[in-house]
Amino acid sequence: MKRFAALFNTIDQSTKTTVKVAALAEYFSAADPVDKLWTTALFSGRRPKRAVTTTRLREWAAEVSGVPLWLFEDSYAIVGDLAETIALVLPPNQSSTDHSLSHWINALRGLADVDEQARKAFVLDAWQQLGGTERFVFNKLITGGFRMGVSQKLMTRAMARATGKPEQELAHRLMGNWHPDTDTWHSLIEAEDASADASRPYPFYLAYALEDGPEPLGDPADWRAEWKWDGIRGQLILRDGTYFVWSRGEELMTDRFPELAAAINHLPAGTVLDGELLVWHAGAENPSSFNTLQARIGRKTVPKKLLTDAPVVLHAYDLLEWQGKDIRDTPFAKRRVLLEAACADLPDDAPVKLSPQHQFTDWDTLTDLRATARDENAEGLMLKRADSPYLSGRKKGDWWKWKLDPLTIDAVMIYAQSGSGRRANLFTDFTFAVWNGNDLVPFTKAYSGLTDAEFRKITAWVKKNTLERFGPVRKVTPHHVFEIAFEGIQASKRHKSGVALRFPRMKRWREDKPLQEANTLDDLNEMLRIYG
Amino acid sequence: MTRTPVLTFTDKGIYCPAGDFYIDPWRPVDRALITHGHADHARWGMGTYLATHAALPVMRHRLGDISATGVRFGEVTRIGDAHVSFHPAGHVPGSAQIRVEVDGEVWVASGDYKVIDDGLSEAFEPVKCHHFISESTFGLPVFRWEPQADVAAEINAWWAACAAAGKTAFLGAYALGKAQRLMTMLDPDIGPILTHTAVENTNRILREQGLALPDTLVANADLNPKDHPGAIVVTPPSAMGSAWARKFGPQENAFASGWMAVRGIRRRRAGDRGFIISDHADWNGLLSAITETGAENIYVTHGYTDIFTRYLNESGWSAKVVPTQFEGESLDQGEEA
Repeated sequence: MKRFAALFNTIDQSTKTTVKVAALAEYFSAADPVDKLWTTALFSGRRPKRAVTTTRLREWAAEVSGVPLWLFEDSYAIVGDLAETIALVLPPNQSSTDHSLSHWINALRGLADVDEQARKAFVLDAWQQLGGTERFVFNKLITGGFRMGVSQKLMTRAMARATGKPEQELAHRLMGNWHPDTDTWHSLIEAEDASADASRPYPFYLAYALEDGPEPLGDPADWRAEWKWDGIRGQLILRDGTYFVWSRGEELMTDRFPELAAAINHLPAGTVLDGELLVWHAGAENPSSFNTLQARIGRKTVPKKLLTDAPVVLHAYDLLEWQGKDIRDTPFAKRRVLLEAACADLPDDAPVKLSPQHQFTDWDTLTDLRATARDENAEGLMLKRADSPYLSGRKKGDWWKWKLDPLTIDAVMIYAQSGSGRRANLFTDFTFAVWNGNDLVPFTKAYSGLTDAEFRKITAWVKKNTLERFGPVRKVTPHHVFEIAFEGIQASKRHKSGVALRFPRMKRWREDKPLQEANTLDDLNEMLRIYG
Repeated sequence: MTRTPVLTFTDKGIYCPAGDFYIDPWRPVDRALITHGHADHARWGMGTYLATHAALPVMRHRLGDISATGVRFGEVTRIGDAHVSFHPAGHVPGSAQIRVEVDGEVWVASGDYKVIDDGLSEAFEPVKCHHFISESTFGLPVFRWEPQADVAAEINAWWAACAAAGKTAFLGAYALGKAQRLMTMLDPDIGPILTHTAVENTNRILREQGLALPDTLVANADLNPKDHPGAIVVTPPSAMGSAWARKFGPQENAFASGWMAVRGIRRRRAGDRGFIISDHADWNGLLSAITETGAENIYVTHGYTDIFTRYLNESGWSAKVVPTQFEGESLDQGEEA
């Protein structure tokens, strides 16, 4: 564990990618193969099955530390990370140990077979033997989520340096369903012929936002344009007579979208499509709003009624594998020809549709088209270079998302709450209101969009202008006006104002704007009428 | 008959009716008793100031031409019907808790304090009292300071690594108190200790008072960074990354604060190394200080006031939150506090 804790510290204490990659590469060259495999798993979001519930962990930590549970919980709310809160609140360790990372993971997995008494004894004993970062890492092994500034890209780069294999190949090897229980470092990374798992997806290619309009992209003839759909990005894999659906977050979502199974009947095995999952009723002109899709996202099993109320269709915009061959290096325009051919004979009720491309010869046409995106329930346009390969990860140059400007409204801040974790001891979570006559009606919360300097400034102001405290929430003097940007608006019975916003954030602190000039509930209702 | 409290809490600050004076007021008043020279406790515009001899020179340096009287630690002064004395708070050199006694009832306003001896400030002295006014900057059980020698070893190892890599080490800390404490922890065999002008001004004042500080060189316009390879620069955090700092070429930044105990806060200072060291009491320090006063009534001024007060009440004290304008250990502005 010491080696892994040292790696963790080096990465955590640096913001320089060169330092992180060097530390990781060193680790991947020198560490024990089982430890390396687990490290790779942990950094890509895989973790051992949870051996102890977080409720028990909290209780035990409070008990060992001699603090009441509520005080532990309040501390956790401020620190923002359970594993860290436990590591900090426990008394200093009394001894130390040289056990490896995989030793601890195996020991934790062994807990599944013992009673709670024995689990508790094991965890308390571990806390007593591990100090500092090791204790934190141990807790993380139980609670999961090693968010530590190592992207998949950095990890594959370091691995490439340590193994001599190309990054692109490693990125693909690391995708999909592997697990340290079933794979070894050798089979996953080193083996010449990585046994092709039928479910293994390709790394997604991600677009950059186009900030200044398309003119700098050069000749329009070099580009293709499509709607930027407001759904969930998904990869549909058809291999060996079955299908798999992967999210961009590398989550297997097959069971959530049973209607996509029918794709097997219409497309040949050895086909992998990249597209957007949308709720789209048969015969409808446009997809339903993201709100409707949301009902599907959270459901691991889908009731029949929901399948009828919110049928999901994959709108395919790229073809990554065709006839069992990886065609990602084929230029986009040619992949598109193959995709169109593959989709040509799809019946109307097939769960896959071709996402159309727009015809254009000049940028002005596209600019006008983009302005109508909201009417189509789209977020804007996607621009893709015709001769580009399908890259992996977020790389600048070939794919651009050209989103509509968000909707905005000027609102008054009325409540403030301090953040946690990285934002501990700053006021960062605010409630905003609009005018209804002389009253301020709260309608949304927002947490993001300000710079650290602005958060510091507003924090100092909140401290001096608190009217009332409700636990962590402070009611403040209505004074500051913020421009709130959001992506959509829906009627909502759960909110006092009658509306719910999609992805609200603070676009600007309108220090120039007097309180009285903030928008009104009528303005908000008018937006609901137009865009809801 | 209820008697008037010895100290009351007003919108100008902590007030003693029997002596007609304020302690660390934040608005101008005629007579102010000051616990220590940090900007949120010693403010400009008071008619007269009373503070320890050890705190006064820095206050004069910061506040300019003030009408001020000095007292020795432990010396009892009578003001109106109140008996007043100053006792070491261990926060920074010269910092005091102020004991006020009226008709046998004793109150102590402790300002900012820490209970461990940092080797530079007058060591914290527990004062028996009936009513104790306490800060709670680090009033959560997640805050527990390591021994000073362990932190010193970490800082020196970091400095040595910077020096070996040909980089200048920038260590950010308050100009009064923390900066000098850190200097006494540094190992001068690693390289020269340079200081920002603001830090050196305080150094000069404290040296004149007889405090033993290591040799330093002020990094002003006359100093050529190239002449001092392997140096550490002790500076207010606000000057890190400035044009002045960039003259030193390749460099690493570190920040010394109790807040560095929390990983999220450490990460907010992207790229800076964080050392966990504070001039405020940690959780155990706050509780031991409060216990040792023997006081039953605790007034919690600044910090995690709600949480800390609830804990005290559940643990048998009678505790209350008192809103003040004290700031504790500020993190981001690099302001003195």
